[in-house]
Amino acid sequence: MKFGILINEGPYTHQASDTAYLFAKAAIEKGHKIHRVFFYHDGVYNSSRLTEPPQDDRHIVNRWQKLAKDHHIDLVVCVAAALRRGIKEENLQEGFRISGLGQLIESGIQSDRLVTFGD
Amino acid sequence: MAQKGKKVMVTVRKPPHGSIYVQESIEVMFIFATYEMDLSVVFLDDGVLALHPGQDTKELGIKGFMASLGALVDWEVTNVYADRQSLKDRGIAEDAIIAIGKDDDSGAPIHPRVLDAAEIAAMMAAQHSIVSF
Repeated sequence: MKFGILINEGPYTHQASDTAYLFAKAAIEKGHKIHRVFFYHDGVYNSSRLTEPPQDDRHIVNRWQKLAKDHHIDLVVCVAAALRRGIKEENLQEGFRISGLGQLIESGIQSDRLVTFGD
Repeated sequence: MAQKGKKVMVTVRKPPHGSIYVQESIEVMFIFATYEMDLSVVFLDDGVLALHPGQDTKELGIKGFMASLGALVDWEVTNVYADRQSLKDRGIAEDAIIAIGKDDDSGAPIHPRVLDAAEIAAMMAAQHSIVSF
């Protein structure tokens, strides 16, 4: 099955991004395809290159980056939500790209299931 | 390009003013409409508060979205519904909710259609995707 993922919460405060990651990983392990993850609202913070968690903690941003690289997942950050929060090309982690809401709409239509994480 | 005509739904469950979600839901409605999808919009739970007439966000220093909501029909967002019980629970009369546009010929206001939960559930079951706010 082809999944689209929508993440609406930032990293570390809420579990949404962690759960989405574990879901994506489990789905891939079961042979499903994740074609796109769309970061919306505070979810755009999951793409900041400036993220530096303590060493003994998970690195949520880099974890997405690696999963995407290994499995050709399109990581899309909502442009309007990103600019509101100071996320720009210059502090965007490699492997993510900034684009518009149309990418979410397209993901919802092209995938078999669109799964939302966070409020 | 995405396949045209798939059934998609936007649900609005959060109250207006206090978070950006209702405003963003309208953005998504407009974009779904430009993709020529078979779009339905349902206001339910606290989301029906967005349909209460006479809202003014000037004092909040926020642009507000009432003008956009009042022009949904102009953007080809025409299948708009409200949950009967949610309106009742919040003391909003079914005939008091705002118009989302005007009929081209008669100029008569077009209002969201009020439905029972069972009808909304049946519509939800028929969707390809639901995006919730």
